[in-house]
Amino acid sequence: MAAHVQEAAFDFSAEVTSFQASIKDSGAVVTFTGIVRDDSGTMDHMFIEHYHAMTEASLQKFVDQAIAKFELEDALVIHRHGVLKPGEAIMMVATAARHRKDAFAGADYLMDYLKSRAPFWKKEIFKDYTEWVESRAQDEEALAAWSQEPKV
Amino acid sequence: MKLDILYFSWVRERVGQSQETVETEAVTVTDLVADLTLRGAGYALAFVDTGAICVAVDQELSDFNTPLKDGCEVAFFPPMTGG
Repeated sequence: MAAHVQEAAFDFSAEVTSFQASIKDSGAVVTFTGIVRDDSGTMDHMFIEHYHAMTEASLQKFVDQAIAKFELEDALVIHRHGVLKPGEAIMMVATAARHRKDAFAGADYLMDYLKSRAPFWKKEIFKDYTEWVESRAQDEEALAAWSQEPKV
Repeated sequence: MKLDILYFSWVRERVGQSQETVETEAVTVTDLVADLTLRGAGYALAFVDTGAICVAVDQELSDFNTPLKDGCEVAFFPPMTGG
């Protein structure tokens, strides 16, 4: 039931190995990694700002909610902040459940909450200008869908 | 009463600082925004469309009708873009 906010890069393989080693009753582990994308090919780096006093507690809350909602054995979230170059991993989630559907749904749910309810703000820094990434209506719709859908 | 105010992302850039303590008689977040808007052009620009910004009171996402208490931490920011 861990949620980590950090500036440093994380070792995805080591995290998944240790997560998988810690579980006992699950038949499924699902992981997701978000990577800095540079659609235009002209981005120098991304800067991720966050609300320090609120971030880790809100990630922990989403992890707890996902565990309860999808009967996960465990879940892990790691989210970075600071300066990230294209191709670097921004964040990861891992979920463990008895069956794959719950593990996938739990990871998807966590991603939707991280996108729109975790206090991070992304700024893209190009050679000649900078731009804050805007939230998207479809991210809010994805969140709203979780409160309408019957439990998976 | 005194409130700790935090600003993030482009709200911070428009206001020109990341945090400050303000003395105010604001009863709700909406009252506080009205007070802050009078502090200068950057504030007015930051709060020009309150539909475009979010507020957290004591680290909990809240709405603009939320009542404020002495010593509250109030944060203003655009919709979050994590993940």
